[in-house]
Amino acid sequence: MDVLMAILFAVVGGLFGGLIGVGGGLLFVPALTIFLGLSQVEAEATSLLTIVIVALVGAYRQAGYGNVDLRAALVIGALSPLGVLIGVVVANNVSERLLQLSFAALALFFAYRLLPRALVLPS
Amino acid sequence: MAADSTLRLAAIGTFAGIFSGLFGVGGGTVIVPLLILWFGFGERLATGTSLAAIVLIGLLGALAQGGLYGNVHLATGIWLSLPAIGGILLGTALQQRISERTVSLLFALLLIAIAIELIVP
Repeated sequence: MDVLMAILFAVVGGLFGGLIGVGGGLLFVPALTIFLGLSQVEAEATSLLTIVIVALVGAYRQAGYGNVDLRAALVIGALSPLGVLIGVVVANNVSERLLQLSFAALALFFAYRLLPRALVLPS
Repeated sequence: MAADSTLRLAAIGTFAGIFSGLFGVGGGTVIVPLLILWFGFGERLATGTSLAAIVLIGLLGALAQGGLYGNVHLATGIWLSLPAIGGILLGTALQQRISERTVSLLFALLLIAIAIELIVP
């Protein structure tokens, strides 16, 4: 049963990746901790490996449809480690509640800006 | 592409990295909206480009986590990727058949769900 649930989470995580371009870690991490018995740290690290494989397949398919700007992806990817370092330092010096509320505010701001694109009729 | 756009892409990469480091996510939740709202990418181009960037971000992270700390369970990670590959093949095929506005709507709903999960203690 646990294995079936892990498979279900993985399929849905991959589905989200294809539909909206996120890596799927939001679902892979709980699949690994809750159903496959990994610790949180091990799950986050292992989830990255799954994300790489899945995103590679997804990016390859999207490139086939003409939906990948390779140069933009390389610049974003190449600069991300600098951000990760900053993020890790910040995470260890700021309260977790403040981080959660900041990310929530950013997510709501992005949603507020994206919703008109989705809901307003094209002119 | 102009130097200005390279600088803005670099800013997105740094920003996505910060959120990846803070919350252990891949960065797609930040990359996709910024490519759409800041660069005027269409939803399909933004999500495809985000996946390609995530390959690189995840690879660097997995190498650091696996190489430095030994936290990556190799067999489990590869095993879990098999059903997930099925999901992403289905997802990318589906995405070509729905409108870009629907992609934005799905993304906004996911962002609201994430915000609620973060706010509710």
